[in-house]
Amino acid sequence: MASVVREGGIAIATDRSPEVQGPPPSQSFQIVPLRGLPIVALVLVGLVVTIATNQQWSIDFFHVVGGGMWTALDLFLGFVIGPILGRLSLPSRIEFTKRFMPKMVLIMPTLVVCTLAAGWQLARYEGDLLSSYSHHGWVVASFIVVAIMAVIALGVLEPANIAVLFELKKPQPDGEVIARLMRRFIFTAGITGAMQVATLVIMTRLATT
Amino acid sequence: MRTISENPRPSERSEPRLPPVAELIVASVALMLSGGVYLASHLPRQPPLAPAVGLLIAGGALTVVALLLLSRIHPFAWRTFFLVARWAFVAYAVIAGLLGFVFIYDDTRGSTLAVLLSTLVVFAFDVPTVIAFTVARFERMDALREDAVH
Repeated sequence: MASVVREGGIAIATDRSPEVQGPPPSQSFQIVPLRGLPIVALVLVGLVVTIATNQQWSIDFFHVVGGGMWTALDLFLGFVIGPILGRLSLPSRIEFTKRFMPKMVLIMPTLVVCTLAAGWQLARYEGDLLSSYSHHGWVVASFIVVAIMAVIALGVLEPANIAVLFELKKPQPDGEVIARLMRRFIFTAGITGAMQVATLVIMTRLATT
Repeated sequence: MRTISENPRPSERSEPRLPPVAELIVASVALMLSGGVYLASHLPRQPPLAPAVGLLIAGGALTVVALLLLSRIHPFAWRTFFLVARWAFVAYAVIAGLLGFVFIYDDTRGSTLAVLLSTLVVFAFDVPTVIAFTVARFERMDALREDAVH
């Protein structure tokens, strides 16, 4: 469908494909949902208290709950939501993104830091960190998997997430930029989802042997 | 009236060719994490620190090169960059601080602690930089010209 836009004082007829056509004008939304910050602060304070008091149940709670939610979200995002998003029209993707991704900006880093900090403390508490531990190789494998996921998530996925949200805040979002960043987001979410399968194998192995 | 075919595609307008700042920073993050994994996998023994220090120096050097390349980009959406970098740095300082707290609480001391904390500092600097750069690179050229004027 042809439309006319003005650029540098020149009217330009466009015939963009439906993929890049007409992202709706930006709407008011928060890139970081401020209402969620007190909840994040509460969780982090709880994490610090848990580590400082070194109670096994609460350390285990933070690690299992945080890790379970992190793994489930990554798998769901990578293998269920991602492919669905990839088949949606751009306006539909944008509507979903505006509601979904700001929440992920708070949820994912919180889950990751709870899982890692409590997991480290739990492994120390139970002696799993020691190189003399019989399954130390599995523990090191989990470090490596987490490091790979961190590089992908922090270096590619999260910047793409934030960049999409900033693009959507603009008066005239660029549909092609959004589509490209969303493809990057969906692709990397799939990779981290696959890495989470490795995490599940390692953690169940450690828990049962 | 011109047609769209006579103009660059929208994404090309929005994303001019830029130096590999993001790639260098991501490589730095990878080196930081490799150093952390190396140190953690040897506990409670103190492993030879040379590999970890080497990874730290290499990662820090990549970050410095990335920042130098970044500083030479004109025009660039610096206001957007610093807006994002500032808040992302606050968030990642908290995360790095929590991880540092765990190491200190667990009686990690001496040179191992110094390397781990230095690694966390570079990490807390890298991640906000790559997030802010990714956001700022997609600013429109007209916005960039405004930044250059101010």
